Amino acid sequence: MSVIGNTALEFTDDQAMVMDVARSFCAGRSPLERVRGLLESDLGYDPAVWGEMVDMGWPGMALPEEVGGSGLGVSAAVPVCEAMGRSLLGGPLLATLLAGQLLLRASAGGAGSAVLEAIAAGAPATIALLDGADWGSEQIRCELGSDGILHGVKQQVMEAAAAEWLVVVAQEQGKPVLAVVPAAAIAPEARRDHVLIDATRRAQAVDFSGIQVAGDAVLRGPEVVRALRDVRLLGALLLAAEAGGSAASCLDTTVEYLKTRTQFGKLIGSYQALKHPCVEILMALDATRSFVYHAATVVSDAPLDEDAEIACRMAKAQATETLKYAGDRAVQFHGGMGFTWDCDAQLYVRRAQWVQQAFGDAQHHRKRLARLLLDR
Amino acid sequence: MSQVSDREKAEFRQQVGAWMQANRPADPGFLLPQSFMEVGSEQQLDFLREWQHKVWSAGYLGMAWPRQYGGQGQDPVYQSIADQEMRRHGVPICFNVIGLGWAGPLINDIGTEAEKARYLKGILSGEDIWCQGFSEPDHGSDLGSAQLRARREGDEYVLNGTKIWTTMGNFAKYMILLARTNPQVERKYDGLSFFLAPMQVPGIDPRPIRKLTGEYGFTETFFTDARIPASCLMGEEGQGWKIAMRTLQYERGAEAGAAGGLAFVRIAIDDMIAELADVERDGEPALQDPAVRDHVVQMIMEEKAVVLCDRRAAIQALTTDYPFSLPLSNKLRFTESTRRMRQMAINLQGADGGLYVGDTAARQGGFWQRAYLNSFSATIGGGTSQVQANIIAEHILGLPK
Ligand SMILES: Cc1cc2nc3c(=O)[nH]c(=O)nc-3n(C[C@H](O)[C@H](O)[C@H](O)COP(=O)(O)OP(=O)(O)OC[C@H]3O[C@@H](n4cnc5c(N)ncnc54)[C@H](O)[C@@H]3O)c2cc1C
Repeated sequence: MSVIGNTALEFTDDQAMVMDVARSFCAGRSPLERVRGLLESDLGYDPAVWGEMVDMGWPGMALPEEVGGSGLGVSAAVPVCEAMGRSLLGGPLLATLLAGQLLLRASAGGAGSAVLEAIAAGAPATIALLDGADWGSEQIRCELGSDGILHGVKQQVMEAAAAEWLVVVAQEQGKPVLAVVPAAAIAPEARRDHVLIDATRRAQAVDFSGIQVAGDAVLRGPEVVRALRDVRLLGALLLAAEAGGSAASCLDTTVEYLKTRTQFGKLIGSYQALKHPCVEILMALDATRSFVYHAATVVSDAPLDEDAEIACRMAKAQATETLKYAGDRAVQFHGGMGFTWDCDAQLYVRRAQWVQQAFGDAQHHRKRLARLLLDR
Repeated sequence: MSQVSDREKAEFRQQVGAWMQANRPADPGFLLPQSFMEVGSEQQLDFLREWQHKVWSAGYLGMAWPRQYGGQGQDPVYQSIADQEMRRHGVPICFNVIGLGWAGPLINDIGTEAEKARYLKGILSGEDIWCQGFSEPDHGSDLGSAQLRARREGDEYVLNGTKIWTTMGNFAKYMILLARTNPQVERKYDGLSFFLAPMQVPGIDPRPIRKLTGEYGFTETFFTDARIPASCLMGEEGQGWKIAMRTLQYERGAEAGAAGGLAFVRIAIDDMIAELADVERDGEPALQDPAVRDHVVQMIMEEKAVVLCDRRAAIQALTTDYPFSLPLSNKLRFTESTRRMRQMAINLQGADGGLYVGDTAARQGGFWQRAYLNSFSATIGGGTSQVQANIIAEHILGLPK
């Protein structure tokens, strides 16, 4: 068997339809002036736009029909995240999709289905995953005591302020469990707003210590372990899709400037020192989209297999490098203008630096890929 | 979309596979070319010619070309299956690539009935070797400035000038030739014409040039009052640039129509990984070294991206942003990644990386060293990577010249 392995790449009519709708929706609702208007707002997104996403069924698009979802599977969310990335549209969708996936995959025998129903109906949710800065750590510090009380602080909980439900990753006598906590259970002083380098998103550090979790709000067992692994991979995939979208509009922004700015009597776009890196970005972007839609082809509602793991990791590794490069060059190629808050390059370079770490940076994924590809 | 059923495809695949298995030639005992740009000796030529003839006779070459010109008139999917099987079985290349891949499709697409009848079959059988006379000593990337002069005299054109880097120039029977019929035009491109020219006429003198590998493969080709029939002109005078650009599209893989067959021996990342299996660094297997592992994974991803981009290119809904970006960047992506991978394979060999073909201690007889040096044939030939980048920047991104 070749290390190149599975190279399936398909795109269903359903996905194509979702992509069309998502692209025009995001472009219409999130022009860059709107994005800028939200940068320094508390919420970070426009509730009216979120309401429209709910009306279109996006929070439940990847959830089964039994809980009120559309049953399209997680691969349908890929073009949506890409479209959001392209328009730098923020909000709780990505976090909600991932929380939905985590609960869905972890709940044997329908536990957590009430919350899944709420999510499908439009309640924002999120995952409290990180205890520290190491995306590769298997160790969980946040603890669920035998008394059903949580102890521990979770870092960088995506869109925590918006979430009505928080799925807390904890350990109970050393075993991973999921505790589903309603937002109301968290005291305001237990929340600290992070200041993120990407100002289109929001996150909080949340201290769950002292919160009593109801017995039926805890998910346990081998499904939880699998679901956690899968959701880390799906997080990598959805963020890769989003990063690919952002890299595409970042490249457009740069290329537009290169076609209008003149120096030494020539459009700067005619200088190969600028032109050729743009081609490199385009080619990296092409690779990104190919990896992302390959991954979208091989993931499913079933536990992810090794091909899917490889695909998700490659998608994230590639997308991360692409957006980093695109954002970095966008600043440089705008000259002094690129150093300003008003230049759109800042939106991309800052997003790039947030995305590169989220759900594991490129080196992290390549390290895992090396095990999968070279040690068999 | 192909009308061929999955069952028919599978049956055909099995049939070709069995044929390749049974007919794969034995190791000839001398180095075989890894690509058509490396045919340097009569010995190699005879061997490859016989092989191509055999493949064609078996019906596995030119499968989608019309029957009356030596093809099979079948759905192109059959040829692509045959090509995949040839690659999988590691058989030698079908060496007449300039004919099979560029001149042939061109003649098929825009040639006259007479041109098709005259040239296509010989391309497939391997009888008629083709070469390409585009580049000149002073005009390479700037092909539009080509100066080789073709002057009309009665029923003939008289050729004077020099072409260079003519792959298989010393073996070829025909040349696709870009020549200047009119030096007095305002736009340099308008003075160019395209010829399907015979090589074996007085006044054409191809002289082999030694390559960086130490082997041979191309020539400098001198034209001194060489006379060719006026009927060799393809299209009309002044259309040369347009036709040459079309030819380059085939060459760069952006246009379908090739007869098929392997143009080069595929060297995959798996070969490099296998090569590294017993290499040590710092007293440990090289493949345990974290830095090496990271680098190898990056190379695997580059190679996988080439395949996945090909797959995606076939899905219209996923190529709406820059519709031609994948076909136009295919050559650049593939050739640069190939070059990097081969270089890396040498760099991980420790002291053995310094050896070359001919040293008995060289790993795999210096295979990787030779392969790396040869990889530049694809990053320079057919338009350099830098020129490819210009084309992509200007035609896909719309950046100014
Ligand atoms: C193995 C091999 C086989 C070949 N076979 C054939 C053949 O069969 N027939 C044939 O006609 N030709 C053939 N060629 C020739 C090939 O097409 C030319 O070498 C190529 O087009 C480059 O031209 P040049 O050699 O004159 O280099 P130059 O054009 O002089 O280029 C020198 C350097 O300058 C760079 N450069 C030039 N212009 C630009 C620009 N505008 N922007 C940025 N960088 C630029 C190039 O990338 C290169 O790095 C072959 C070449 C090789 C290596």
